[in-house]
Amino acid sequence: MSINRRDFLKTAGVIGVSLTVGDSFAAVKNKGAEVEFHGILYDSTRCVGCLTCETVCAEANKLSAPIGEPKPGVLRKTDEKHNTIVNCYKTSKGEVFIKTQCMHCNEPACVAACLTKAMYKTKEGPVIWRGNKCMGCRYCMVSCPFDVPKFEYHSSNPKIQKCTMCFEKIQKGGIPACAENCPAEAIKFGTRRELLKEARKRIVENPTTYIDEIYGDHTAGGTGFLYISSAPFNELGINTKLQNKSYPELSKGFLFSVPTVFVVLPTILLGIYEATKKNQFNESNEIE
Amino acid sequence: MKAMKLNNPSIPLSKGDEKKSTFKFIISEFKPKGKLLTPFNIISIPIIITGVILIVIRFINGIGSVTNLTQEVPWGLWIGFDVVTGVAFAGGAYVLTFMVYILNLHKYHSIVRVTVLNGFLAYVFYAGALLLDLGRPWNVINPIIGNDFGTSSVLFLVAWHFLLYMIAELIEFSPAVAEWLGAKRARKFLSGMTIAAVIFGITLSTLHQSGLGALYLMAKDKIHPLWYSEFIPVLFLISSVFAGLSMVIFEGSISHKVFFNQISKKNHDAQNGIVLGLAKICAAAMFAYLFMQLLVFIHGKRWDLLNTTMGYWYLIEMIGFVILPMMLYVYSYKKKNITLVKVAAIITMLGIILNRLNVTVIGFRWDAAIRYIPTWMELVVTLTVIFTEIWIFRWVINRMPVLSESPAWVNEKK
Ligand code: SF4
Ligand code: SF4
Repeated sequence: MSINRRDFLKTAGVIGVSLTVGDSFAAVKNKGAEVEFHGILYDSTRCVGCLTCETVCAEANKLSAPIGEPKPGVLRKTDEKHNTIVNCYKTSKGEVFIKTQCMHCNEPACVAACLTKAMYKTKEGPVIWRGNKCMGCRYCMVSCPFDVPKFEYHSSNPKIQKCTMCFEKIQKGGIPACAENCPAEAIKFGTRRELLKEARKRIVENPTTYIDEIYGDHTAGGTGFLYISSAPFNELGINTKLQNKSYPELSKGFLFSVPTVFVVLPTILLGIYEATKKNQFNESNEIE
Repeated sequence: MKAMKLNNPSIPLSKGDEKKSTFKFIISEFKPKGKLLTPFNIISIPIIITGVILIVIRFINGIGSVTNLTQEVPWGLWIGFDVVTGVAFAGGAYVLTFMVYILNLHKYHSIVRVTVLNGFLAYVFYAGALLLDLGRPWNVINPIIGNDFGTSSVLFLVAWHFLLYMIAELIEFSPAVAEWLGAKRARKFLSGMTIAAVIFGITLSTLHQSGLGALYLMAKDKIHPLWYSEFIPVLFLISSVFAGLSMVIFEGSISHKVFFNQISKKNHDAQNGIVLGLAKICAAAMFAYLFMQLLVFIHGKRWDLLNTTMGYWYLIEMIGFVILPMMLYVYSYKKKNITLVKVAAIITMLGIILNRLNVTVIGFRWDAAIRYIPTWMELVVTLTVIFTEIWIFRWVINRMPVLSESPAWVNEKK
């Protein structure tokens, strides 16, 4: 029996380690340099609030046409039928439009949360959702600091809805529908590196127009979607209190301790068991 | 295995009648024993029927048709109470198996089986509750078959651990099933695996009790800062010790009334000593927990948060539902007052419910414009899960040697 036990523990240990160490964080971080992350630069000073992006997004993703229009004091939100929304805020710099959608984080919380890799960070940058894997647990929604993934609560075959940066179009060499159709050229698609350069250039060349900040450069470990604006971001309904560390970082410590526990704890337990075993014969025979 | 029990005179049926065939034996075992119109049945049957109807509606019309979940609060009562709180209460099994099989504290041996049974059923039903909450439950098999292994996910770890732990607990409990069926050889084989299952089970429990807390680590900006810290996993783990043991005390006091005739005189008399021993352990665990909470509080520099509504709520939890029951446990242990131990157990359990809900539901998006409040239907489904579990529990207790002594042949062979 003691041999059985040892074998059993060994197997348990192996399962534990392979279950938990894996390629966890390598998968989340983009290591390979062959393909660069792509992203979108949104310039709120150019946006005119025409809702073209909302309309073409709905068409491209077979969702619903926009409801209502951007007005200061009215907060419209993305939901399972609308992947992107443009709102208008009264700020210290006058009325400013701002678009919201998935941020396509460099190290997305939703991807780290997903236990089936249904949420997936493609090597091109877009974060996509794969229905054949998803079990609808909504842990991605719990984890996303931007509250992006939406769930179809009223469907018996519910999907998670969120912006995919039109990944299928990108794969075929196209660009996202919103970037393609924005009449004011407020939405620019490109590699993240180019976009950051472009954003800095615009800020440097027009220091009176822009505030000196690119939202998404560092927030949540860096995002694929980048914002520049004339008004401070906290006046635009954007959460400026988010941490700069990536969110998967928060549960990393716990996950890394798992294999250790799996090896050390059974050993300790076995040791105590052997040490206290003699009680068994002293006091009682009723041990199984 | 089944053939053996047919003409085995020592089938531990409480009524002791012999059976003609396997089929008849199984059928007769499904018949309820005892009165049908007990207060518990009268309350639970209509609720279970309503619950089942609601579950059907949920699968036809979607989760939104019976719950109040929102896009901002995607996990509500079914996760926060059924799964997170339920699993904490089921923690008694790993603590007790540790005490009895690893530390060899024989005093607690008589309650191990019922606790493991309780733990096992709790996991089966709470994992079941998890299925109700899954939008696409047909894909639940994906993280197990590798489509895909989301190894960076805490939920992946928790899901696997639930599954493995259920197996471990089933092995720990299986000798009782073998005794019920009169399967001697199977019993010997199964009880030989107990220690391995116990060690494996304790390790799994340590990790998933804390893992349930770790689930919320990434929701840093969504949980009220008084309840969020990087130490949630440790707090969840320590509190699962006294949550589980308080449940054992509570459940034991009910079992000893309801299943009075099943429990031997010897075990009845031993019960008070067991309860007092558990009270002592609870008090110690709660002290460690309190100390940890205090460290987290001071470390997080949270003084200014205390003077807010949520701050008062936090103080109520800490003082009324941790410090108070802890002192009660100490006091009742010193005075050897069993009634007071039970009171302490109930307050502790309420405190655990409060704590888990504060992290998962009440403190989650506490600042949202529209708060999530569960519908009556979510409550009924939750009750359905609990009541069905109790039904099964009762069914097993009435048939297998859980509270009652093992059949004579178990000791004969030794
Ligand atoms: S914004 Fe949310 S949904 Fe989008 S990639 Fe980041 S974590 Fe995922
Ligand atoms: S809901 Fe789907 S995509 Fe989101 S974490 Fe769960 S399995 Fe992954």
